[in-house]
Amino acid sequence: MDDLLREFLTETNESLDVVDVELVRFEQDPNNAKILDNIFRLVHTIKGTCGFLGLPRLEALAHAAETVMGKFRDGTSVTGEAVTLILSTIDRIKAILDDLEQNQEEPAGQDRDLIDELERLAINAPAPAKAAPAEAAPAATAPETTGELTYQVLERQLRPGEVSLDELERAFRETPGPKFTPPSSVPNAAKAAAAMSAPAEKSDDEKSDSKVANQSIRVNVETLEHLMTMVSELVLTRNQLLEIVRRHEDSEFKVPLQRLSNVTAELQEGVMKTRMQPIGNAWQKLPRIVRDLATELNKQIELEMHGADTELDRQVLDLIKDPLTHMVRNSADHGLETPAERRALGKPEKGTIRLSAYHEGGHIIIEIADDGRGLNTEKIKAKAISSGLATEAQIEKMSEAQIHKYIFAAGFSTAAKVTSVSGRGVGMDVVRSNIDQIGGTVDVKSVDCSGSSFIIKIPLTLAIVSTLIVEAGGDRFAIPQLSVVELVRAQTNSEHKIERIKDTPVLRLRNKLLPLIRLKSLLKMDEGEVQAGSTNDAENGFIVVTQVGNQTFGIVVDGVFHTEEIVVKPMSTKLRHIAMFSGNTILGDGSVIMIIDPNGIARALGTIATATTQSEEANAVQHHVGQDNTTSLLVFRAGSPEPKAVPLSLVTRLEEIDATKIEISNNRRLVQYRGQLMPLVRVNDEVQIRTQGTQPLLVFSDDGRSMGLVVDEIVDIVEDNLNIEVSSEVPGVLGSAVVKGHATEIIDMGYFLPIAFEDWLRRKDKALGGSVTRSLLFVDDSAFFRNMLTPVLKAAGYHVTTVGGAEDAMEVLKSGRRIDVVVTDIDMPGMNGFDLAQAVLADPETKDVPIIALSGLTSPEAIERGREVGFHDFVAKFDRPGLIAALKEQTAHAEAA
Amino acid sequence: METRMANDNNPGDMLTEYVTVMLGEQLFGLPISRVQDVFMLERLTRVPLSQPEIAGVLNLRGRIVTAIDMRRRLGLPKREDGRKPMAIGIESKGESYGLLIDSVGEVLKLDENNREPNPVNLDTRLARVSAGVHRLEGQLLVVLDVDRVLDMGEAIAA
Repeated sequence: MDDLLREFLTETNESLDVVDVELVRFEQDPNNAKILDNIFRLVHTIKGTCGFLGLPRLEALAHAAETVMGKFRDGTSVTGEAVTLILSTIDRIKAILDDLEQNQEEPAGQDRDLIDELERLAINAPAPAKAAPAEAAPAATAPETTGELTYQVLERQLRPGEVSLDELERAFRETPGPKFTPPSSVPNAAKAAAAMSAPAEKSDDEKSDSKVANQSIRVNVETLEHLMTMVSELVLTRNQLLEIVRRHEDSEFKVPLQRLSNVTAELQEGVMKTRMQPIGNAWQKLPRIVRDLATELNKQIELEMHGADTELDRQVLDLIKDPLTHMVRNSADHGLETPAERRALGKPEKGTIRLSAYHEGGHIIIEIADDGRGLNTEKIKAKAISSGLATEAQIEKMSEAQIHKYIFAAGFSTAAKVTSVSGRGVGMDVVRSNIDQIGGTVDVKSVDCSGSSFIIKIPLTLAIVSTLIVEAGGDRFAIPQLSVVELVRAQTNSEHKIERIKDTPVLRLRNKLLPLIRLKSLLKMDEGEVQAGSTNDAENGFIVVTQVGNQTFGIVVDGVFHTEEIVVKPMSTKLRHIAMFSGNTILGDGSVIMIIDPNGIARALGTIATATTQSEEANAVQHHVGQDNTTSLLVFRAGSPEPKAVPLSLVTRLEEIDATKIEISNNRRLVQYRGQLMPLVRVNDEVQIRTQGTQPLLVFSDDGRSMGLVVDEIVDIVEDNLNIEVSSEVPGVLGSAVVKGHATEIIDMGYFLPIAFEDWLRRKDKALGGSVTRSLLFVDDSAFFRNMLTPVLKAAGYHVTTVGGAEDAMEVLKSGRRIDVVVTDIDMPGMNGFDLAQAVLADPETKDVPIIALSGLTSPEAIERGREVGFHDFVAKFDRPGLIAALKEQTAHAEAA
Repeated sequence: METRMANDNNPGDMLTEYVTVMLGEQLFGLPISRVQDVFMLERLTRVPLSQPEIAGVLNLRGRIVTAIDMRRRLGLPKREDGRKPMAIGIESKGESYGLLIDSVGEVLKLDENNREPNPVNLDTRLARVSAGVHRLEGQLLVVLDVDRVLDMGEAIAA
């Protein structure tokens, strides 16, 4: 392509973007002559260049637009219609430019439609209400076609509304050019007096802007990329040299090499900087979009932009552009109400969309906020239920914030009617996946009637990634630090050990069960390894706890080396199909290393694990629900083919011990376990304790002591509702429940603990120092939990009274019986835990009784609310040690008081 | 210079220069215009889950090069003398590849008119990547079609 033409295209496209923005500003502030001058100058330049390059179509369009703008300069009032027309003219010019770029010549066609409209506007414009500034005296109707200021001749009569050459020349000379414009030459707008100081400041700004413009040059992106590659190579070579010099003490190269090293580092930094661009570049088109939307939707919208100069890598910038535009559209369409609605709500008619960007750590935070109606929780609920993402019961238990997260689920759009703006089924899920792709996150906050805000967090650059270098199967791999949560060392004899449920390896980490995946087997690098020798191997290793979206899992690796900042290089097309890798790179020592893609691993894990792989978001919601009304149950077999189950949270560990290690002492079976003798108890008499092979055990620990419950086989871990439907007379069995479609016996751990240690209960009494037994009132509507926790509470030395509801609890409290502490469930039919707390506090007789809430919901909101209504403590339902600790603390308080 | 190189490869011109390489007992020829460089193989990183023909990736002066095991590609048995393989650096569609071979021989100037089509009974794996055969004194030279060598059907392994 002709150099001249290329230059013209880049320059014109940029100018047009500026015109877009400026026009919108101008419409809002029609008296700002400075903006108008700027637009006028830009359009005029475009027109001039088009004429020079012989592009008649563009020239005619630019001319017609310029004429109308000339009228504005003369004081014609600025109408929305006129601005719209000029904007569509600019769109047409852009379309022609696109064509021009592809075909290198102006496309054939006519723009009579637009030009006629523009000319009509220009002619019909009402006479200027006020004399235009003296410097730009109106001479629009001057019949001469020769100019006087400089000699120039137009070879035809002036078209209607055409500005005389003189005026053009004058305007051209007077408008502030890009350079050397002293601030004083800014044409005095009609309102000069009104803004004495402001324009002065502004022109100062402009002056410095122009200076910047003068100091910058245009560089082809490819040139920069090439430079970047060369610098990377330089860094590698330097590293090699450093390595060589390190081997030779007293080398005379040492000093110059150190110098070279520093220079290289600076050079690298400098080149990285050239890739950074202000985020404002991605926002440039937004004012125009918002303006068009406002017109289309009959809303009044103001777009505020803060932190437009926040810089980020241009690659990231490109990727974030579309999601941002989409979200701003959403805010304008769904978020903001119509002026009438806003008036009715007592809000200003003009809605505001606020975009802000700022740095935080190695990330950039972008916030899109509006002061509209907020997310419609009810609609989202309905949609979530109708699309099968959650059941009504689940939804009822969720907080608003949890429900709002559903908008990111795939195919989720609540727009009732499809408008041209949004609601076409591509919604926030696409936004989220785009942001996920660049390793970012997006969150939403919404308050009913006062607006919603989206918070996007993205890394500053994709080119350089901080990674953790690990080893698996003898090779090294890089895992992006961004998704690494923590590192856990697993060893056979340490606290953290890899356990197995059937063939699925898991890790218990702070009461959460973490699915594990061995990198070596995932990458199929363990083929041909001798299986027999790897038993030890299976329990040892480093676990890289990784989070992708809301999915957390552990990647088991053989070793962890260090962290390294790496420059990501794209993979060869021959390797791109491997989902486990996102790229490769050259390490400081010169070797090539593959970069693990945590997204790929998460997907692989999803297909390996038996768990259903719903969308991540739905999974997370499920997880929340799981805390709420489903329970993780460990299913096993003991003595009979029927499955038995026990809440997983009560189980400390799953073990398989060598049957030959089982010893008999004092008529009891014991096994040496972690330096202690651990008694073994059978679930029932039918269970055979094995004499050879391995014996599966469920280990329960409490206060330093452990017992092993002997079972035949550990079957699975399932999440299900725990409803004991048929209670049982058999000791040790609470009753039967349906678990995953099978009638399952639920085991009562409270029964087995005293069997293992006859002094289990007594010991606890002693531990409490033989002081007065405190009485405790335990309120829970679920018989299961009453059964489950009563033995635990008794074991802790409390005299326990249980009731099934808050009303009963109040009765007990008012009956005059001494109650030292109340432990209550939150979710109960009728009067719930919060109501109970309020009632207890309100009654002078009972207001000093400490009250501890027990709940599946331990979200910060719930805890906050708990504190407000007067709970003394808030404990998760399965957190036994937490409950005991809270009880000790509260009763100690009460005694001291 | 470059124009002349192109002419060398032009079928209209009689002579083509070939870099000869050995794989097992067989002599192969690669058009010199496609050969970027010849290097000793050091520090290869294997790539798990890749196609069997891909020996791994390596760093060649700051570029990441995909190494292709030519013995695997042609269905030859693994090399057993334990010597380090050599590699022929080639470029295709902006990406760098290294073809692992046993050893590199001299550069031969051969008359294109003497190139014969593949014998019908040529091993299919060889025939797939061969662009014909030259009869030399005492042995045959199989001309490798670089593009067909690299076309390994990426989708299959995915």
